[in-house]
Amino acid sequence: MAVRSLLCPNCGGNVELRGMQHTVTAVCVQCLAVLDTKTPSLQVLEKSKERERVQPLIPLGTRGKLHGDPYEAIGFQQRTITVEGVDYSWREYVLFNPYKGFRYLSEYDGHWNDIKVIHTVPVEGKSGGKPAMKALGETFRHFQTAKARTTFVSGEFPWRVRSTEKVTVSDYISPPRLLSREGNDGEVTWSLGEYMNGDDVWKAFQLPGRAPRAKGIFANQPSPYGGAAVNAWKAALVLMGVWLLILVWTWMLTGRNEAYRDRFVFHASSPGEHSLVTPVFELKGRTCNVEVALRTDLENDWAFFSMALINDDTGQAYDFGREVSYYFGRDSDGDWTEGGKNDSVLLPSVPAGRYYLRIEPEMDTSNTRLHSVNYEVIVRRDVPSFAFFFIALPLLLVPALFVTLRAGHFEGKRWQEGDA
Amino acid sequence: MSGRRANCPNCGAPVEFRWSSAVQAQCPYCRSILVRHDVDLERVGEYADLPESVSPLQIGSEGVYGGKAFQVVGRVVYEYEDGSWNEWHILFQNGESGWLSDAQAQYAVTRLADAGRPLPNARDLKPGFRLILGGREYVVSVKTEARYAGFEGELPFESWEKDRMLFVDLRTEGRAFATIDYSEEPPLFFAGEWVEFDELRLKNLREFEGW
Repeated sequence: MAVRSLLCPNCGGNVELRGMQHTVTAVCVQCLAVLDTKTPSLQVLEKSKERERVQPLIPLGTRGKLHGDPYEAIGFQQRTITVEGVDYSWREYVLFNPYKGFRYLSEYDGHWNDIKVIHTVPVEGKSGGKPAMKALGETFRHFQTAKARTTFVSGEFPWRVRSTEKVTVSDYISPPRLLSREGNDGEVTWSLGEYMNGDDVWKAFQLPGRAPRAKGIFANQPSPYGGAAVNAWKAALVLMGVWLLILVWTWMLTGRNEAYRDRFVFHASSPGEHSLVTPVFELKGRTCNVEVALRTDLENDWAFFSMALINDDTGQAYDFGREVSYYFGRDSDGDWTEGGKNDSVLLPSVPAGRYYLRIEPEMDTSNTRLHSVNYEVIVRRDVPSFAFFFIALPLLLVPALFVTLRAGHFEGKRWQEGDA
Repeated sequence: MSGRRANCPNCGAPVEFRWSSAVQAQCPYCRSILVRHDVDLERVGEYADLPESVSPLQIGSEGVYGGKAFQVVGRVVYEYEDGSWNEWHILFQNGESGWLSDAQAQYAVTRLADAGRPLPNARDLKPGFRLILGGREYVVSVKTEARYAGFEGELPFESWEKDRMLFVDLRTEGRAFATIDYSEEPPLFFAGEWVEFDELRLKNLREFEGW
């Protein structure tokens, strides 16, 4: 069937009918007369003023592909709500396919929605203490209710356009979906929309140039962080599971074997060489850490231990020095202590072999007091190190916390536009 | 008339029935409207042209609903304030019949059903009103005053003498849908559901130039 057409009774121009017999209202593109196609005389319902003319972004007659089916843009209207004295206008496109019927696209500030009328009756409910609607197994939170009026029409509509009439429009959201209720009292139409990027509209209709950039955040715009936050928490949970596994694994695998222990005395005033060498002891098993612990009886004194763990066979040495100091006393604030009598050091990745320690203690010699220390040296093989684990734990949560904060910020901006 | 064939009482032409229980049909030759009375066909009027319609369905279209294949054998066209819609009479393989309605390419399949109670007076049904029929809760969505605008093919009832009629559409929280036809006394209850074009797997559809 070729495109049917009518002669405009107002200006005599050609009015194309792309919506076939479905078209109830048709608008003459030349003179903007609104015609009732169901009356034999093509009654002129009203006439838009030329200065009110709005150019559709999708030219009427353009065909595009949505959900795998071709649709033709046949109608276009601008609708306006007034909130606190400010007019907000959005535009709606009527799309037609003779087999699949009608779909609609809406556009506001570069945000698009792909809309279809639904036949189910949503059920009222609550979500987080706010009014909500349940439909098709999904809960939609109330976003906004306003009185909308039609401020410009062009093309064809499968309903009778009455631009003077104000219609109550309520939007409920479950991003990326939007449930809309339209109508006054008795007859109500429900529709379900899904957020669409301008770029996808441009691609679907093969429009020239680029889609206008979307401004701000739209009611049912999917949060770029919404899914990400859930995923980040899921990832954090998995990481924490791995963390716990490694922790238990480490705990079970580490041997904590004592390889050597002995006690020594050091007198700072004794003459000659102060270093000593322990007997050779065996470090067994896989390459792993070695803990060298010092226990002293220092009191209000310090000692410095230059130490080396030396492989008896290869001569490879692990040099390290430890200062141990312990002071205590009493002042106006009461008892105080500083430092500690004990110390330990962890040498990572020491291969198995026969080792000995070289220890060279050093103490204060400037003082008249006699400095000496009794100390014990303990060498343990394969000591679990958990410090790392407890540093890592909060780090695992950082991405999830960050994404959650961003998501919250996005939702805050979304709801700024909604009814309080 | 026992078989699936009979002769037109007006012109004598053979009239073939796709459905042996058809009550109303048309003669393909002289365009007489034929109504079956027991064994005889009676000519009750002359068939008038149907209003132009854009339904993609036509007599002979085939599809599948609820796992059962069906064929379109008849059609009633109704006109209302904002246009028209089609009720396609469909015949399932097992001999059951039903209706596939097409209103602006929104499709629903319904069958004559038992409401389980007397149907309420149409005056009492206002949009938004809830009622339980056939064990299901419905919400009145719209009352449509329509005019019988013509038929084609085979129908399970006589429609030719009807004029003004009232339909009350009922919706639910799901896909289920029903309609009460107040043109009969007592009124008829048709229950079914909304269907998507693609799920009917339709064949032998009408073609639209350019589509």
